[in-house]
Amino acid sequence: MSMINYASREINCKLVYYGPGLGGKTTNLEHIYGKVSPNTRGKMISLATETERTLFFDFLPVDLGTIRGFKTRFHLYTVPGQVYYNASRKLILKGVDGLVFVADSQIERMEANVESMQNLYDNMAEYGYDLTRIPFVIQYNKRDLPNAAPIKDLQAALNPGWTVEDGARQKVTPDPSHPGENLIDKIGGDWVGHAAYHEAVAVRGDGVFDTLKAVSKLVLKTLS
Amino acid sequence: MAGAASWSFNENDFKQIQTHLQAFLRDSNARCALLVDRNGQLVATVGEPPQFDPTAFASLTAADFSANDQLAKMIGEPEFASLVHQGERESMFLADVAKRVILVVLFDQRATLGLVKLKAKTVVGTLNKVFEEMFNRVGTGQAQQKGLLEGAEDEIDKLFG
Repeated sequence: MSMINYASREINCKLVYYGPGLGGKTTNLEHIYGKVSPNTRGKMISLATETERTLFFDFLPVDLGTIRGFKTRFHLYTVPGQVYYNASRKLILKGVDGLVFVADSQIERMEANVESMQNLYDNMAEYGYDLTRIPFVIQYNKRDLPNAAPIKDLQAALNPGWTVEDGARQKVTPDPSHPGENLIDKIGGDWVGHAAYHEAVAVRGDGVFDTLKAVSKLVLKTLS
Repeated sequence: MAGAASWSFNENDFKQIQTHLQAFLRDSNARCALLVDRNGQLVATVGEPPQFDPTAFASLTAADFSANDQLAKMIGEPEFASLVHQGERESMFLADVAKRVILVVLFDQRATLGLVKLKAKTVVGTLNKVFEEMFNRVGTGQAQQKGLLEGAEDEIDKLFG
């Protein structure tokens, strides 16, 4: 639920980083916090347990620039990944404008990824939000690890596609980040859409800003 | 619904809110009043400028209120329409406004909780009406927002290099 403040000329949007526990959601925010100039970001708030696992959420406000004289202010949130924190996870999704799903690429974490993605669909549906229609980007994190699953397998499990029913969107839409691949394509007579994806090694910062830029751009485009 | 509905407010809304809150602060002896939307975005601050990061404060306020909402449901209450956090010197009073916004009142020993609660009841009633009118302007509001970044695709692309 973006909020436009005509008095202070600000557009405020809420982005949520979702995904299984220990997948790198907080690491994404920490990298952004470390790289963005202190003039354009606020304080990072972490509600974590003593062992530094996210208990409720991490929060980081970032200004991404000015459009039409309006400051674009993004509020970045992470959710706790552990299954048993679903109540607080759901609270953070309220009013979300854009979503990043941070998947752990390790083969051993495939099941945790699928479970978390299902949980995201369920929680969004409970609010009446349609995940296939709001800005949504998947980040395949930990690509540097030797046990990382191939992208093809991760895509098949986590981003298999959905039927595009909206006639206005039924057109071949190339994926700007992956030449030769399409975000919307006609497959066997049906129009099928996929979420955009990015590969990342969040501890090194690789792919972190690509993901943030991709989802922020989608959010702003929903206002245009 | 594809996602949550957006809302916007203009200069006049802001002035109206400010006038009501200034009167409330005068009557209650409270130091500062903040309005925070339920998603954690700061809408307005009136009174003594807070000495903390208001953006972080707003996100924590929304989380606090939401968590308490769920606790209320668990014990069989539809909601806790107001919350109090009392400290030795500084205290906070939080109240729901039109189900979308939270009024946060910061006060110290110069004010009493009883007076803050009493005066807040009146200002919350007034703010409820102001916000409901704002939310009811859905048609114009959406038209305004639609136009805001319309045709700005190039600018958006440029922003992200």
